[in-house]
Amino acid sequence: MFDYCTDPSILEQWQWFTCYLTTPTHFAFYRSFLTVMLLLALTAPIALAMGMAGALAMRSRIWPLNWLGRGYVNLIRGVPDIVFFMFVPIALGQGIEWIYHHIQCPDWDQPIRQGNDFIVCREAKIPGVNAPAWVRDVYAFGMAVVAFALVFGSFAANTLYGAMSAVPRAQIETAEAYGMTRAQAFRRVVLPQMWVYAIPGLSNIWQILVKATPLLFLLGIQDAVYWARELGGQKTSLYAYPHPDWRVWYFLVLLVFYLFMTWASERAFGRLNERLSRGQATAAGERQRRAAA
Amino acid sequence: MKKLLITTAAATMMAGMAMAQDVVRIGTEGAYPPWNFINDDNEVVGFEIDLGNEICDRAGLTCEWVINDWDTIIPNLVAGNYDVIMAGMSITEARSEVISFTTNYLPSDPSAYMALAGTDPSVIEDGVIAVQSNTVQAGLVADGSADGLEFPTPDETISAVRNGEADAVLADKNFLAPYVNDSGGELVFIGDDFFPGSGTGAGIRQSDDELRETFTRVINEMKEDGSLNEMIVEWFDDGMSTF
Repeated sequence: MFDYCTDPSILEQWQWFTCYLTTPTHFAFYRSFLTVMLLLALTAPIALAMGMAGALAMRSRIWPLNWLGRGYVNLIRGVPDIVFFMFVPIALGQGIEWIYHHIQCPDWDQPIRQGNDFIVCREAKIPGVNAPAWVRDVYAFGMAVVAFALVFGSFAANTLYGAMSAVPRAQIETAEAYGMTRAQAFRRVVLPQMWVYAIPGLSNIWQILVKATPLLFLLGIQDAVYWARELGGQKTSLYAYPHPDWRVWYFLVLLVFYLFMTWASERAFGRLNERLSRGQATAAGERQRRAAA
Repeated sequence: MKKLLITTAAATMMAGMAMAQDVVRIGTEGAYPPWNFINDDNEVVGFEIDLGNEICDRAGLTCEWVINDWDTIIPNLVAGNYDVIMAGMSITEARSEVISFTTNYLPSDPSAYMALAGTDPSVIEDGVIAVQSNTVQAGLVADGSADGLEFPTPDETISAVRNGEADAVLADKNFLAPYVNDSGGELVFIGDDFFPGSGTGAGIRQSDDELRETFTRVINEMKEDGSLNEMIVEWFDDGMSTF
């Protein structure tokens, strides 16, 4: 990056480090932190939406919907995350290609499974056979978002379901006494009040989600953990910047990053909880009322 | 007449195939210098990268490199995520049941034990040997009398020896050589070199005969005109066999 970096072997120590820390691989390492944050920013709202849909399905009186909701929540919560992360990109990817194959190439006469191989016609390849690298990256990233949202959506669904049931029955009875329908009572009374019960559970799920992001590498995305391992390993003189095993320093950076992420979100959730407790018939709400009075 | 027709049909087919030329995606580990590794400029380089690009050049193919974890490199090939594996993969019977190989582009290359200086060579028989999982060497250690300690990346096997977790590491000699040379006497080879396996080849889906034949044809061509040997000498300096 700097002019003096052309021959790193003759540099003074501090100059060597300025060059070393600005190599293209290091920039890839720095960017990977943004990838992790982008994943969190996309996954959290989608998982919350899936959780809400799941919770509503579990409350539904229509039995197919009810079963669907319960099936989703119990099935996915019961499978280890890591298994699911291995399963989604392969099964979902092949499933999409299989469907697309039948649409695009109805005349195809060869079997799709030939021994160990999974073969669809070239028109049905997703991403397309000649797709540029960035399209493949976006596709892989999209798969990751789907996998994370599916897993964490099921946990969120159970938490939200519990929070909806925690809203005092008396409140709903009062709403019914005012002549509200079931849907109206849910929208006006249950929904606004359930969040205060949901926040502790949701904040747990969020913290676990933050800590689960290293699973990204399983899905073929070069995340921060991949780069820390790659850059930290011993580099022999085949490389421009040979160094001994420095993994401990790289992992220390990861440690600080993840601690910072969880610390910041803990604070954010704390403030959100304060705000949501205002005027609620809970212990925290009562404390706020007393302090104000 | 019939013969002529068939030839014409074949020629048309060939032309059609050449026109529908797709990008050939080559999967590699990117963590195994000097076979394949990611350099400081975040480019994938190495012997296999040079070779793969040359093969594609000669065969008139457009090729793209994909980095994939070693442990899942075969499953992702058969799932169609890329079309070729060039990742220092020895041709073995077990692998040939799942994928097919081109002719070898490296002859059977030496494996060696590396340990801290002063380690007794008897650890080869009764010590703890670090290996990368799913490699030829991992299979050898599993069948032998020493205890095997498996790691997902080659780099971790070296660290295991340095921090005393393992007594020695068994790997391709040309992978270990730079570590020995750089260590200033701290790391040494112990025991004798030996030559497991029947060489390194490119892995291709069993259903993909056409691509395998193309690769084999070009590799044979490069063996004959000596350009493959030149490449081997350029990237491997320590006792790598040539053709």
